[in-house]
Amino acid sequence: MKVIAAMSGGVDSAVAAARAVEAGHEVIGVHLALSSNPQKYRSGARGCCTIEDSHDARRAADVIGIPFYIWDMAEEFHAGVVENFIDEYAQGRTPNPCLRCNEKIKFQAVLDRAAALGYDAVVTGHYAQMRVDADGNRAMYRAIDPLKDQSYVLAVLNEKQLAGAMFPLGDSHKVDIRKEAKARGLYVANKPDSHDICFIPSGNNAGWLRDRLGSESGPIVDQDGNTVGEHQGAYTYTIGQRRGLGLSVPTVDGSPRYVLKIEPKTNTVVVGAKEDLAISKIVGEKPIWCGPMPTVGVAHRGFAQIRAHGSPLACSYTVSESSIQAQLDEPLFGLARGQGLVIYDGDRVVGSATVSDTE
Amino acid sequence: MGIYLDHAATTPMSPAAREALVAQMSQVGNASSLHAFGRGVRKEVEQARESIATIACAHPTEIIFTASGTEANNLAIKGFYWKSIERDPSKNIIVVAAFEHHAILEPVVWLEEHEGAAVIYIPIKPEGVIDLDALAQIIETESEHIAVIAVMHSNNEIGTIQPIAEIVELAGGIPVHTDAVQSFGKVDFDFAVLGVRSAVISAHKIGGPLGVAALILEHGIDITPLLHGGGQERDIRSGTINAPSIVAFAAAAQSAAVDRVSNFERTWKLRESLKERILRAEPDATFNGRSEIMLPGILNVTFPNTESDSLLLLLDNAGIAASTGSACSAGVQRASHVLISLGLTEAQARSSIRFSLGSSTTQAEIDEVGSKIGSVVESARAAFSVGAGAKS
Repeated sequence: MKVIAAMSGGVDSAVAAARAVEAGHEVIGVHLALSSNPQKYRSGARGCCTIEDSHDARRAADVIGIPFYIWDMAEEFHAGVVENFIDEYAQGRTPNPCLRCNEKIKFQAVLDRAAALGYDAVVTGHYAQMRVDADGNRAMYRAIDPLKDQSYVLAVLNEKQLAGAMFPLGDSHKVDIRKEAKARGLYVANKPDSHDICFIPSGNNAGWLRDRLGSESGPIVDQDGNTVGEHQGAYTYTIGQRRGLGLSVPTVDGSPRYVLKIEPKTNTVVVGAKEDLAISKIVGEKPIWCGPMPTVGVAHRGFAQIRAHGSPLACSYTVSESSIQAQLDEPLFGLARGQGLVIYDGDRVVGSATVSDTE
Repeated sequence: MGIYLDHAATTPMSPAAREALVAQMSQVGNASSLHAFGRGVRKEVEQARESIATIACAHPTEIIFTASGTEANNLAIKGFYWKSIERDPSKNIIVVAAFEHHAILEPVVWLEEHEGAAVIYIPIKPEGVIDLDALAQIIETESEHIAVIAVMHSNNEIGTIQPIAEIVELAGGIPVHTDAVQSFGKVDFDFAVLGVRSAVISAHKIGGPLGVAALILEHGIDITPLLHGGGQERDIRSGTINAPSIVAFAAAAQSAAVDRVSNFERTWKLRESLKERILRAEPDATFNGRSEIMLPGILNVTFPNTESDSLLLLLDNAGIAASTGSACSAGVQRASHVLISLGLTEAQARSSIRFSLGSSTTQAEIDEVGSKIGSVVESARAAFSVGAGAKS
């Protein structure tokens, strides 16, 4: 196959590209420039479109022996990921931009462009496994390295997108990937993993949002409506947050309070006790199926996951064309609207939806 | 190997230059040393200087070797500017053509941001030549305050040759600098006749080695140096004299001079042939830079509804090397400021690429490009349409 290796400049995508070459594919490396104002960061961690990262990606491509190009996806990334991130926060929701980027950029904009240019698939350094059964049915599974498994952020890919995706690292542990990179002469072998949101390299998400959405102060209230503090921009809070609230009125028994709700219209943050955060039912909208859609009207057993590295939560779930409803076996504390709900059947990814409601 | 149509970026070394380089590399001696070894090397360097001076119609003492065209342009722009404000702080205006190479534009911007320079850009007419009337107007109103005027001899992206002699006449006593990196060795270039105060020529654009260029600076003109040290080059440029590269530069210049007319005709014909084949495959294609007086080897084409990075990728895939104006430091293709200066829209500029032909180009290669360009543009259009869909 003719494939495009999306190369971030990190160790994973470099090894993924090398493995694709070894598997006999015709590979070209592409670095996505996601910011129109590339900045030079000296941290060594990955930012978005830094000069050092594009250099690292180019050098890795040279070592692997594949052509290398830089694609300017800044406009698409800004419109599809960054603006969406800001909008979602403005509406009091907590989005996951990595999900969005995989859905709209890496496996849509890039894949579409790749197809137009005569390429069949995009290979990335994500940790997830793809399996195709005897009938040609494709399914995505968790990676074997539980610490690196990234199936959660890939659960936004539909069957067509998955057919154009290759994840050569899903059967490996990160520690072995670093060893392999070293053995292959890739000097990014010891480059640190990225953790922050790539377009907020400072890691100060609240400050970044405040710069864009303003810092209009407003009340922090308890569930009875009593003002217990003041905030500097409601959207910089997240459901379940306990720290940094700076409440002026303590609870009677001194028990901690948590953010329960964010109401952007009234610019209010509602706080309460931990037990008030408890939910047992999650409703997700706009479902995406990573394989066949589960049967409608039947309760299925499976696991729900609501964060990239969250624990799988045993649940029963039902589906419709427009939603997934998951009934958790054990209550969960703190879930924000806008987060991604991913359903697993064992290690197989069933699909995902955006959390729209909880009970 | 593939088809190399990026000669304006750099061109293969001529056999004569290679030989001269290798031969000189086996000689020991610092050209500034007083002993026999040093004198031996010095002699070679001075012969090279004289040879280049003769070809450029300059005096040998007017040749100041540098390590790159960029360095030589920086030296000229900053050197004239600093000398000017040292004498008269109100003479702080730098006048430059809007489509200069970054080796001119960036030092100018730097002087504006850090050294109090004021910058006036000369507009470019759609055919790719500077607007002389606009320049006359600028000179008329600001002549008392202009430190230097810089206009390239020919444009590196579109190949149009600029009316340097007329500019010098308009300038009166104001120093005129010209970046002649693309012209030297390819078209008529006569430093004395042009009457510019300074010019830049570079070895690797004419079959010489990388890492050597020269500022040709009129005899008796004093500019402020950039590099301070041993003062090896007329006290204007310091640094150990790079004898092997200089000797090879002269050899390349010699070859280019001997073959200039025949190369010009040959390359011009090949370029016209490429143009015709592109039009046959892509009737919508348009060409940028429509002046009568052009470099022979540059063809800048706009393929509507494409993006240059897709075109370059597909051409590269087909074994054809072309290029665009410039990329940012992270490697992202940018809409060319040259094309924008001609009045192209951002979208048009982003759908343009440059083919540049040179000594190794053959008709068979042009024919092959002609046979492949149609499918390349077709795929680039397909990629453009999905991109446009994603953006809308």
